Amino acid sequence: MNTSPLTRIVVVKNPQGLHARPADMLVRLASQFESAIKIGKGNEHVDCKSILSLLTLGASHGTELALSADGKDAQAAIQAIAELFDSGFDELANTVEEDVRPVADP
Amino acid sequence: MVELQGIPVSPGVAIGPALVLDPDGYRIPRCLVAAEDAEGEYARLQTAVDAVSALLETNRLETSAVAGVNTGDIFAAQLQMLHDPRLHAELGRRIREERQSAAYAVSRVLHNYAAALRRLDNPLLADRAEDVLDIEKQLLLQLGAVSRQPLSELTEPVIVLSHVLTPSETASLDRRYVRGFCTETGGPGGHTAIVAKGLELPAVVGIGTFLENIGAAATVIVDGDRGRVIIDPDEETLAHYEERLQQRESLAARLAELKDVPAETADKVRIQLSANIEFPHETESCLERGADGIGLYRTEFLYLSSSEEPSEEDHYEAYSQVVREMNGRPVVIRTLDLGADKMGQRPLAEQEHNPFLGLRSIRLSLKNLDLFRPQLRAVLRAAVHGDVRVMFPLITTMAELRQARMLLNVVAEDLNEAGIPYRSDIPVGMMVEVPAAVIMLDRFVKEVDFLSIGTNDLAQYTLAVDRSNEYVADLYQSCDPAVLRLIASSVKVADANQTPLAVCGEMSSNPGRALLLIGLGVRNLSVPPSALHRVKKAIRSVTLKQCIQIAERAMTFEAARDVDLYLQDRLSALAPELIVH
Repeated sequence: MNTSPLTRIVVVKNPQGLHARPADMLVRLASQFESAIKIGKGNEHVDCKSILSLLTLGASHGTELALSADGKDAQAAIQAIAELFDSGFDELANTVEEDVRPVADP
Repeated sequence: MVELQGIPVSPGVAIGPALVLDPDGYRIPRCLVAAEDAEGEYARLQTAVDAVSALLETNRLETSAVAGVNTGDIFAAQLQMLHDPRLHAELGRRIREERQSAAYAVSRVLHNYAAALRRLDNPLLADRAEDVLDIEKQLLLQLGAVSRQPLSELTEPVIVLSHVLTPSETASLDRRYVRGFCTETGGPGGHTAIVAKGLELPAVVGIGTFLENIGAAATVIVDGDRGRVIIDPDEETLAHYEERLQQRESLAARLAELKDVPAETADKVRIQLSANIEFPHETESCLERGADGIGLYRTEFLYLSSSEEPSEEDHYEAYSQVVREMNGRPVVIRTLDLGADKMGQRPLAEQEHNPFLGLRSIRLSLKNLDLFRPQLRAVLRAAVHGDVRVMFPLITTMAELRQARMLLNVVAEDLNEAGIPYRSDIPVGMMVEVPAAVIMLDRFVKEVDFLSIGTNDLAQYTLAVDRSNEYVADLYQSCDPAVLRLIASSVKVADANQTPLAVCGEMSSNPGRALLLIGLGVRNLSVPPSALHRVKKAIRSVTLKQCIQIAERAMTFEAARDVDLYLQDRLSALAPELIVH
């Protein structure tokens, strides 16, 4: 790549942290962009299109994460993902009811 | 590398790949594929992923319809995991470059993710490990790597890791391939432990929850001496244990030279050293190791190792085989000891709240004469082939002993009338396993030909500890001073009445404890075949006077731990060769 990646700091605002449902949303959104998107903290930066990697970040409420995107649509990707974080993954309004998830048992 | 601590129940060291048994009976094999098959293996994985994907999608739709979209989204997240690009990159690399089988790669990679999730501080995320492991299982199922009878299809050496292993499952382990095992539950005196010792399988039980965190393809070290289990050891640890394994093997070879010398102390006091067995085929190792006889033949395994209730002929065949092979040496057949933690084919009692205080052992036999009679008939019939003695377990009251003896007489009369060959003049003994029997031993001793102390049950009932309950297992100590006093008092009564007394519990298989028992006056020990050489070596390393000194000192302690530490100290001074580091 001839340009350096765009970066931004995002904050996990929903009380439950980056658990399965937000991670799923994040992957879906990130996958719509061509750019390589990474997210993480410290030395640990993971592929934003990999739900397993996102979950193992263990990002809890209040965690600051560095978001970076590299590619043609990097600008749009960063913008969209930052908005998703800002909205708390739609979990800010009705936190109590969605606290408890039944155990998966297919 | 992960180190776990459990309860050591069967000594020795075993090293090998893990075979994780979960309650559903999944088996996760460990193997590599040929280079030319790697692409085919990868294609198999893709097919499996597609199938699981379809299944998860169905689950998502059906669950959403029934329980709402939020609940259905559980499967959306699982689908996302299943199609995770990082996951596929890793699986592809393992299969194509490292030539791992798809099943092996799947279990390894997904277990790693699950373990990473569990390590997180966030319980909500840690619980997602379940979702990951669920995907693993679905994939393994699709890959045909899952078997309902994992233990019957072994083709390579393994270490069995399981939540629980019943005594009969333990007994049916294929010893050609199973090198050792570890379980989450269990205590030191449970029958699984006894069977493990009988099979000479290094084993650690009562580890607590650990299976969820184990990669299926992990390498495992079972340290049955210290109760340690090491998962994925580093090179240094592995080398250390491989050396210990070798040391043990060379010690075993040296001890084997004791085969033809008698079990007597340095000052020529002869100790009868017999073996405890479960299965007829064990007579071979008893003879190989020069046992004086079979001190305890646990017959209940006839019930536990077959799917049908044994007939009189089954009993007769098994007993006759043992008696013939022992070639004139005494064989003590203990009548069935079912109940509590081991049950036969039929539900013999209602679900009991306290099975160890319930309908078990002689109590169960006396209430199920249709079960008991064929066994007694078989014992009397097999007695024509050699020196057979019969022993009743868990005798608590005089009435029980008399009923059992009476039934033996009735059975003999039946055989007589039917003209079937039998012997009725065989010695009849009882096991001393409950404090009541010790307290009343002066009466019991008048009505039996011999006594045998079962230290496992005696400790359990004296200390009021269910030995298979891991919450209290640490309270179960056969060297507890209270137990030692009961043994000492039993020996006195037996001696005063010239009645032979043996100790056939697990206690006598520990060389230090064996010396203590000899010091207390016991002249007849029965131990698992695996312990014969070690105990004989200990006996031949000491004088009777030294044993008496050991006993006198041991009886002054107030705690089992002090007794054990003292015994260990004496043993390392008197028979240092036996201390394995």
